[in-house]
Amino acid sequence: MEDFKLMKGNEAIAHAAIRCGADGYFGYPITPQSEVMETLMDLKPWETTGMVVLQAESEVAAINMVYGGAGCGKKVMTSSSSPGMSLKQEGISYIACAELPCLIVNVMRGGPGLGTIQPSQADYFQSVKGGGHGDYRLIVLAPSTVQEMADFVGLGFDLAFKYQNPAMILADGIVGQMMEKVVLPPFKPRRTEEEVRQECPWGTTGKLPNRKRNIITSLALEAEVMENINLKLQAKYREIEKNEVRFETHHCEDADYVLVAFGSIARICEKAMEMAREEGYKVGVLRPITLFPFPTNPIKELSKKVKGFLTVEMSAGQMVEDVRLTVNGAVPVEFYGRMGGIVPSAEEILAALKEKLIK
Amino acid sequence: MTTKDIINPANLVYSKAKLMTENPMHYCPGCSHGVVHKLIAEVIEEMDIQDKTIGVAPVGCAVFAYNYIDIDWQEAAHGRAPALATAIKRLQPDKFVFTYQGDGDLAAIGTAETIHACNRGENIAIFFVNNAIYGMTGGQMAPTTLEGMKTATCPMGRNTELNGYPLKISNLLAELDGTCYVTRQSVQKMASIVRAKKAIRKAFENSMAGKGTSVVEFVSTCNSGWKMSPHDSNKWMEENMFPVYPLGDLKDTEKK
Amino acid sequence: MKKEIIIAGFGGQGVLSMGKILAYAGLLQGKEVTWMPAYGPEQRGGTANVTVILSDDRISSPILQQFDIAIVLNQPSMDKFEPRVKPGGVLIYDPNGMTREPARKDITIYKVTATETAIAMNAQKTFNMIILGGLLHIAPVVDMEYVMLGLKKSLPERHHHLLAANEMAMKQGATIIEKMN
Repeated sequence: MEDFKLMKGNEAIAHAAIRCGADGYFGYPITPQSEVMETLMDLKPWETTGMVVLQAESEVAAINMVYGGAGCGKKVMTSSSSPGMSLKQEGISYIACAELPCLIVNVMRGGPGLGTIQPSQADYFQSVKGGGHGDYRLIVLAPSTVQEMADFVGLGFDLAFKYQNPAMILADGIVGQMMEKVVLPPFKPRRTEEEVRQECPWGTTGKLPNRKRNIITSLALEAEVMENINLKLQAKYREIEKNEVRFETHHCEDADYVLVAFGSIARICEKAMEMAREEGYKVGVLRPITLFPFPTNPIKELSKKVKGFLTVEMSAGQMVEDVRLTVNGAVPVEFYGRMGGIVPSAEEILAALKEKLIK
Repeated sequence: MTTKDIINPANLVYSKAKLMTENPMHYCPGCSHGVVHKLIAEVIEEMDIQDKTIGVAPVGCAVFAYNYIDIDWQEAAHGRAPALATAIKRLQPDKFVFTYQGDGDLAAIGTAETIHACNRGENIAIFFVNNAIYGMTGGQMAPTTLEGMKTATCPMGRNTELNGYPLKISNLLAELDGTCYVTRQSVQKMASIVRAKKAIRKAFENSMAGKGTSVVEFVSTCNSGWKMSPHDSNKWMEENMFPVYPLGDLKDTEKK
Repeated sequence: MKKEIIIAGFGGQGVLSMGKILAYAGLLQGKEVTWMPAYGPEQRGGTANVTVILSDDRISSPILQQFDIAIVLNQPSMDKFEPRVKPGGVLIYDPNGMTREPARKDITIYKVTATETAIAMNAQKTFNMIILGGLLHIAPVVDMEYVMLGLKKSLPERHHHLLAANEMAMKQGATIIEKMN
């Protein structure tokens, strides 16, 4: 029998980080994700794998520690929640431009401002469309279960290193605070210094006589040089869009109406779908797992045969813009959302579906 | 003496530090940065640690420091160099890690990162060039700008009622339990250059000995920003900067 | 089979840990489980509640409007969750400090005088285990052996000497739970 554990999503992130050979975690406490660092401090990985865990003086410092660590070719990560993520945006923009791999976890809470500590998904724009300055993209994974919280740590690091790009786990207070059954990933040792040099020949690991000095920078004063850096980034993002789309569907085969939702809300939509089907409505659920790259093709395909989409989010409607762009007017795309930390119920979602689409 | 005699290695009296690259420097003639760069390059060469040294460049005039010294570098966001250096050193404890920062970077926008890196006693060296002005952006007021000193953003002179006082950040850092060595140096004379180089070496050595953070402040000139000749700048620095930022060791735990 | 349970009361009554023991037991019994607390300031001395779902199949929403079983341990919790028990469902309450009896006629109502009993047993800390014992007596959502195993797993080793007292409390709860309608 597999070794099932019962733990919170935040705790699963910490366990998975150690198990997939992370070299460093740098963070600053903020509800509802403080268990990530608390669990790491409790597990003391510096005594076993040698992983560094450090509480920084601010989210700004934490993301810049990640920048420093990633520049050495190390597997480094940080985690925070919405207000803290706003502070990290400067660093994320630099890391994206310098093309460094790292993992960033956002356990979203209600905003704007100091907001509330209850769950939210209102950082979709910030995470998927940029957030910091300049044209850049993060690889954004949206877990809906504690198991995915654990699994996406390894996946996030793999994708980050594959594309030399920051990856983000965009979770919310529900998946962060909820306990579920989870199988933790198997232990993978941290890379040796030699392996880091081989995998990341660009890293600041010390200039050996056999190579030129490595410089990690995001600065190019000449506009032509900077445009070329941008073109290279864009080409990489297109490649990611081609290769890395992940999504999940439930009962979309015969569906007349499809609920589109990510993260924990997709599970509430599943419940709404079950209730709708009991009433005889053919409803399906599509859950984007990667928010960038967005599952454009599957939604486009569905738009050819369904009567309409209802996008459900804990926000004023952010991902719905991408669904509308994808569907491009072929069928109606409606929206239902709650804000400020309120979680929409399955009953509300079903009512909205009837009111806006089934009629 | 013929040209041949002059270029004869036997007659060599001075040469560029081996680790200084061939890139033409963007610093203004008379700027202190060039000398500080050279001293750091010489120390790295003399300690034979080129393969073990990682520099973190700031935002400010020294943003291109990575163009001039032949080691691995990272270019930080404004003020964040000590945060990068913290991670680089902790993840690669066998490396010599230093930041190179100006007054705006270290003592204004990066105050928190500076203080907390020092307070954690990160085993890094911080090289701090204090010329009391923002050089790169065109001569605006710095946290270390002297009272009454004119800059682009205090054209009538720094008014302490409006702008507060010159920030003696090194004194503050010397108070922290995490620092082992805080010293104030200058590079306008041969004797001061020799002392400054010793301080740089000591900072590097401390970082590998695990003693905590070393901070070397270089009280410097910015003849472009100050709108003076290099010669007058040096004189102005001695007369006006040194009384506010007196040279010498502020802290040396070795000497306790 | 799927059981959707809410446990609600004051912070400090052991609401979250009771839910955790239930979830652990379910896990050990091979069920799918979710444990979803109303987290935040509510945990600090105010009202606390946790939704526990035990199911033989994959669980969709961890957050619910209606429950098969509601365990309410203070008046605000009764006010909030009594209306949200599914018709035909179960409400369990401890009358201590309550200002009214539950009023629903379409659900089965049970009373456990756990606070009183815990004080009489001079074991106030086992209050939540008395409630749990009562619950498992009238609705065996998980087997007792797995509850003890779950308890063992969720208690730090240094507290394992308390296992016997907890088991005793659960047995007591099973004895004192009383059907009210």
